[in-house]
Amino acid sequence: MPESVLNILVVGIGGQGVMTAAEMLARTALSQGYDVKKTEVAGMAQRGGVVSSHVRFGPKVYSPQINPGEADLLIGFEVAESLRWLPYLRLTGVAMVNTLRIAPPVVSVGLYDYPADPIGELAAAGIEVHAFDAGAIAGELGNLKLVNTIMLGAISDHLPFPAEILKANIVEGFRAYKPKLADINAQAFDAGREAGHVKTLSDRPAANA
Amino acid sequence: MNAVVNAQIESRHLLSGNEAVARAAWEAGVRVAAAYPGTPATEILENLALYPDIHSEWSVNEKVAVEVAIGASLAGSRALAAMKHVGMNVASDAFMTQSLAGVVGGLIIVVADDVGLSSSQNEQDSRYWGRFGHMPILEPADSQEAYQMVKRAFALSEEYETPVIVRMTTRVCHVKAMVIIEGDRIERHAAGFQKNPQRWVMTPANAKPRLPVMHERDRKLRELSETIDLNAASTGSDRRIGFVTSGPAFMHLRETFPNAPVLKLGFSHPAPLDKIRDFAAQVDTLVVVEETEPLLETEIRAAGLAVRGKDILPRFGELAPSVLRPAIKPLLGEPYPVPARSQTDIFPRPPTMCASCPHLGPYFALSHIRNLNIIGDIGCYTLGAGHPWNALDTCISMGASLSMAHGMDKGRGESDAKKSIVAVIGDSTFLHMGMQGLLNMIYNRGNITVLLLDNRSVGMTGGQENPGTGQDLHGLPAPRVDFAKLVEALGVRPERIRLVDPYELPTMVKLVREETKMAEPSVNITNRPCSLTDRFEHLKPYTVIDDKCTGCGNCIDLGCPAIFVARRETVTAKNGKSKELVFARIDNNACTGCHMCVETCAPEAIIQPQPQLKDRVIRIQPHA
Ligand code: SF4
Ligand code: SF4
Repeated sequence: MPESVLNILVVGIGGQGVMTAAEMLARTALSQGYDVKKTEVAGMAQRGGVVSSHVRFGPKVYSPQINPGEADLLIGFEVAESLRWLPYLRLTGVAMVNTLRIAPPVVSVGLYDYPADPIGELAAAGIEVHAFDAGAIAGELGNLKLVNTIMLGAISDHLPFPAEILKANIVEGFRAYKPKLADINAQAFDAGREAGHVKTLSDRPAANA
Repeated sequence: MNAVVNAQIESRHLLSGNEAVARAAWEAGVRVAAAYPGTPATEILENLALYPDIHSEWSVNEKVAVEVAIGASLAGSRALAAMKHVGMNVASDAFMTQSLAGVVGGLIIVVADDVGLSSSQNEQDSRYWGRFGHMPILEPADSQEAYQMVKRAFALSEEYETPVIVRMTTRVCHVKAMVIIEGDRIERHAAGFQKNPQRWVMTPANAKPRLPVMHERDRKLRELSETIDLNAASTGSDRRIGFVTSGPAFMHLRETFPNAPVLKLGFSHPAPLDKIRDFAAQVDTLVVVEETEPLLETEIRAAGLAVRGKDILPRFGELAPSVLRPAIKPLLGEPYPVPARSQTDIFPRPPTMCASCPHLGPYFALSHIRNLNIIGDIGCYTLGAGHPWNALDTCISMGASLSMAHGMDKGRGESDAKKSIVAVIGDSTFLHMGMQGLLNMIYNRGNITVLLLDNRSVGMTGGQENPGTGQDLHGLPAPRVDFAKLVEALGVRPERIRLVDPYELPTMVKLVREETKMAEPSVNITNRPCSLTDRFEHLKPYTVIDDKCTGCGNCIDLGCPAIFVARRETVTAKNGKSKELVFARIDNNACTGCHMCVETCAPEAIIQPQPQLKDRVIRIQPHA
């Protein structure tokens, strides 16, 4: 077991399953003997608002919150949200990003702009970025709800325990409550894991963070 | 490795603070639990409801919840009432006197302060109530402590015959953390109510002799505070600053200053002033870290100790590591890490109403009628103040819409001369504390147009039940209040009580326009359920036929988040002025097929690909 605490920030929009993904990471860490804390910042919006879930685990965890500049891993369920939380990531952090774009009404009515090239901005920040279209993979597998499992598969090789343990926890969970979805989630996990291996390289000159 | 982590894997659970409170109360043998939903405390009762051996209920408001718990305590049962911080204001009339009379069965009030205002109208420090009402306060710092302290609270309550406050904050209620479950339920039998008028009938003559008893109890609790293990100092290697702290701020402190001595007060009121004095003698500087008001700090200073606190720390919001570092590191003359990256400049995602939310129709109507003062209330419909409706002018407390509207009518100023006054309130808020305002307004011959938005749920907190929904906390059938009959009984004329389908926009607009012109009060009750609850019926999504859309943008004004702008175009109108066209599209994943937007579109560009038969008979129905 590593000496220090691992900080994972899961971000996205209300209704996307951010908290479920964070819960799965926290439960798996607990099952591996870690002390765990998980906290959410979700405003009044039940749907459509900014959601960030902090998962911390290690030998002993005090504060549940991740401070700016201290997240080891960022799992972004939407691109602009990934960019929003970039300041929370360590300079050497890893961002696993779903390239989905969701513009809120304030953007669609023209009050604000959606960032033109969020992936480019992330990659230019000097962090390790893995960006891919999780929705497309889910579509190929025939169920858009698989995005959650795909994102967990993608991050699974960056955790201090074997990816297979996280996968087994997810699949067992489905086997217990929705057995029909167990196999397809196992596939989604593997597909996400595969997609997560590809690094997104910056085509810009290195920015001074 | 920490001893806690070595516990048997099977006994370790990932629980939120609220879940831990429920589990502990059940183990402690609680027999009655009552609450009104309120973020961040709602899940306490939702979790207690899972235990069949407890009577748990949604009470209609927090005062009622506390009184239910008091009754159970007098019958000899252990009882719990839970609420959010503002609920304490409502409940205080009951507990301020019960604290004087005391308790029989352990009575605990779990209050959740929304430090940081994630979903509240203010930020109050409920620890004041312990001082005001002579009740001890326990302050857990995480789920494990919540679990342990709730059990201790019941025992303390019985031993000292006092209600006990367990003070949580959002950062305890909603954080999931490891909890080691040690026990099972200990069943406790209630002795039954022992009549004793001198004790339980709080007339002046009976209350007076209780005052010295209560003050003697305070003295004993203060002694206990000096010795109880919940107030413990950890010695640190770096004695330049010693911290006194309580609640989740302890966790942030430990994270930020791992080597500093910390006196953690789990039993924070009455404060152990001698213990604090001893602790202060061992450190160079004493700093109090408390959320949110300087209560301990003021008491420590009054005891003659030099102390720092709110001179360097904020008086509101969470004392997270990112707040503690810049405030305290300078005292040590140490640099602190500044985040390497500045905040990114990304658009906001303000909270919005849901697709097909039954509040959209009323707000569409309100936003299209001029000369209204719209007095609001607490609930999802408070969002009507935002974009694109801008149709809510006030929001302060549960039920205030009706009484404030009445006051605004009677206190009309010059600029209000031609205005109509509308009160907007939801079903649950109306039953919580709105009925009295309506009764008062009718009794005092007021003239307000009331929109009673009955969506058959407590929407804001996640769709809980109330006496208007026909179901109880357990989802079991329950008597359902008839709002039309209720408001008629309060004195509204039957002709002025209307049931209206909020999805019928033209009708909705016409109704509000007419009723606000009337010289007498009316109550207009909407009848569609919250679209996030099971009562809502999902139908096939609608779509915009691109060729037919003229870019008028009318449908966008409804504010349904399923409708979005597909593109904009600037054209030159006949008069030579340039004009912006906004073409709409419907997200068919989000659209629930409610039909509401159809009538905003004059060119009939919004259609349902496969028309469905739908019950559309409900227009305005006069009651009676
Ligand atoms: S029918 Fe119209 S108003 Fe109703 S959910 Fe769909 S887009 Fe929104
Ligand atoms: S109301 Fe009809 S015409 Fe106007 S923007 Fe909407 S869909 Fe297009």
